[in-house]
Amino acid sequence: MTKDVAVCGYRSFASQAVAEKQESNSSSGKGDIEVELLNPFRLHLLESGPSTHLHTNKDELMKMFRDMTTLRRMELKADQLFKSQQIRGFCHLYDGQEAIPSGMEAALTYEDCVVTAYRDHGIFLGRGGTVFETFSELMGRRTGCALGKGGSMHLYKKENNYYGGWGIVGTSGPLGTGLAHGLKYMKKPNVTVAIYGDGAANQGQLYEAQNMAALWKLPVIYLVENNHYGMGTAEWRASKQTTFFDRLHYIPGIKVDGMDAFSVKAAVQYAKEHCLAGKGPIVIECDTYRYHGHSMSDPGSTYRSRDEIQTFRQERDPIERVSKIINKEGIASADDLKKLAKDIKRDVEEQAAKARDAPQPEDDELFSHIYRLDTGLVTYGCDRRQKVQLA
Amino acid sequence: MALSQGIMAASVAVAAPVVLLSASSAYSARPHGALSSATLPALKTRKVFTVKASAAEQPASFGPSSQKLWTPKLVTNAVATKQETAATTGAKGGHELLLFEALREGLEEEMERDPTVVVMGEDVGHYGGSYKVTKGFAEKFGDLRALDTPIAENSFTGMAVGAAMTGLRPVIEGMNMGFLLLAYNQISNNCGMLHYTSGGQFTIPCVIRGPGGVGRQLGAEHSQRLESYFQSVPGLQMVACSTPYNAKGLMKAAIRSQNPVILFEHVLLYNLKETIPDEDYICCLEEAEMVRPGKDITILTYSRMRHYVLQAAKTLVSKGYDPEIIDIRSLKPFDMYTIGNSVKKTHKVLIVEECMRTGGIGASLRAAIMENFFDYLDAPIGCLSSQDVPTPYSGPLEELTVVQPHQIISAVEKMLSD
Repeated sequence: MTKDVAVCGYRSFASQAVAEKQESNSSSGKGDIEVELLNPFRLHLLESGPSTHLHTNKDELMKMFRDMTTLRRMELKADQLFKSQQIRGFCHLYDGQEAIPSGMEAALTYEDCVVTAYRDHGIFLGRGGTVFETFSELMGRRTGCALGKGGSMHLYKKENNYYGGWGIVGTSGPLGTGLAHGLKYMKKPNVTVAIYGDGAANQGQLYEAQNMAALWKLPVIYLVENNHYGMGTAEWRASKQTTFFDRLHYIPGIKVDGMDAFSVKAAVQYAKEHCLAGKGPIVIECDTYRYHGHSMSDPGSTYRSRDEIQTFRQERDPIERVSKIINKEGIASADDLKKLAKDIKRDVEEQAAKARDAPQPEDDELFSHIYRLDTGLVTYGCDRRQKVQLA
Repeated sequence: MALSQGIMAASVAVAAPVVLLSASSAYSARPHGALSSATLPALKTRKVFTVKASAAEQPASFGPSSQKLWTPKLVTNAVATKQETAATTGAKGGHELLLFEALREGLEEEMERDPTVVVMGEDVGHYGGSYKVTKGFAEKFGDLRALDTPIAENSFTGMAVGAAMTGLRPVIEGMNMGFLLLAYNQISNNCGMLHYTSGGQFTIPCVIRGPGGVGRQLGAEHSQRLESYFQSVPGLQMVACSTPYNAKGLMKAAIRSQNPVILFEHVLLYNLKETIPDEDYICCLEEAEMVRPGKDITILTYSRMRHYVLQAAKTLVSKGYDPEIIDIRSLKPFDMYTIGNSVKKTHKVLIVEECMRTGGIGASLRAAIMENFFDYLDAPIGCLSSQDVPTPYSGPLEELTVVQPHQIISAVEKMLSD
């Protein structure tokens, strides 16, 4: 049981994350535990979809529970830190949507590329980022994944092929298509997952990118995190067609229950096979929900009712779903899980405290990383008296 | 036949008036008394109202005379100056409000006055605007006049331009100025250049507004200063507001203008408080604002940097310097009249801006001053601008990116000691 309750927060090195991933990849999917699908898949332009008989095993279930609980606690801690002004600027929280990175990463490897928008804390953790790195970046410390220069919306992890973290809505479409283009060009047996939201689905650049992906049969999975609200605007007020998986008649799509990690995993597995078979891009729409508002400056209750939020929490919470299966299969009792959750919470608090004590960036880091090579360029201070060599 | 045509063409060319950049504010607005709700197409979700020709639609006076109407008393004013405040008694009370409320008031008054004024943008309707500038508009004016658009900046800006071509006066809100980069093509080609390329047939009386500038740790993509990117697009006018008084005035003037105007607001100035007049007023779009007269040095600034300059001026005045502070307000075109008069008086110029050094407003302003007033300058024009770096998220680094008051003080001291 000790291995199962080991918390994820201590993963300090990317190599450790890769090792964990390889270990989990080898055991995922094979299992004796059958999972019942709560909501069926809806297909567009596909004769057959992902398998509806999902199997899992003890390790995978516990890993999902651990990862999702870590993410949930990290987001709640970030909420607290924002309110006490340790995190500034914009902070878009991911709690409620944990099933998506959990399920998606179970079907991918770190050789596959992932790119997302500004609600990226969850995807970053799924890609092997650590809670410490996230908190450091959110608090602007040098130990952050972008050295404190990016902030909440710009989390990156190149060694695990996580390409961010973007502030402008819709950016992930063209960028993801480009990542897939690079993968195909270099003949790698990998896919790209380009994640965007229901609000972003009305961006022109997405249609342009999807057209090109379909034209050149690029291995890109467009994953729509449909949480039904684009900041304050409900999906039916922003989109003529409120489904996102069947928008184009030349790109197939699957609609998936995004609060169920297993459905997401099955869909992404299916989509990965689809892309690697050379059939071109595919869209996965994950029907999910965010408990917090759009960001910390949005209460999230002016455009949706508290009843709605409560209903989602009670009936479709992703962590509850996995916990129920764990309890039912007798892998761990409710008390064990509660204890594990408490350990994770304590660990997350420790990581936050460690991040708070981490050093701020030095002043001369203002000018580093503007260009790649030392080309001998200089820049001047604001009154032209201070001369700085660009690194 | 050809000869008569030739003569006709020549006479037309001679008779055509040379139109300077004088089409601003109410000067060229249509007489609104001619409009009545009966002649407008029925808008289904609109409350019924009548358009009154307001008594206050006199053309705004040009030049500095409009400054004499009101000397604002800013609550956050950091400068202890003696104000020739005979005019402030003209304020029989006035009312106090925050800058975003002033913008809202200006927008609301213009929407009441002219039924063709519409607002469009992301979350401007039911949500009330991400900075509450359009709060209550959807309830008051309906969903069509406070239009919630999908997240498609390029397209809804283009849509607004198209609507403007048919006679509407759209006010486009970019939730953050940085998002308008996606709409750059529409703003540059269609909004700015169309009046010229169509030979004067189409006017685009739209206002593009939104918060920009460096905020509190908003990250690189949300801390952009688009005034430097748009400044060379011909056909656009750009203004930057910095106080509730000029925010409301510029908003109203921009809406009444027949030209496309970009109104730059600053994300950190929305909660600035001031008492503004009750009566209807506008600020001239091409005019700079004399914030503090002086004689030692001319400090030219705009938007948030005005408040930093005022903060620095407090120290400078106590040290015995007498800076003349001008809020240039009009970023395109520059008010060379006010600026020139000041340069002729003080002979030294310092520009304090939030733009990046390369290609910023300060760069153009320096060139303009040097070209026109070189003989009046006793020293090279100083310019303090932001560093040429993407704005980092980290707080201390972000502070280093932007000009700080102590840097303004030391720059002025250096310039005046040479």
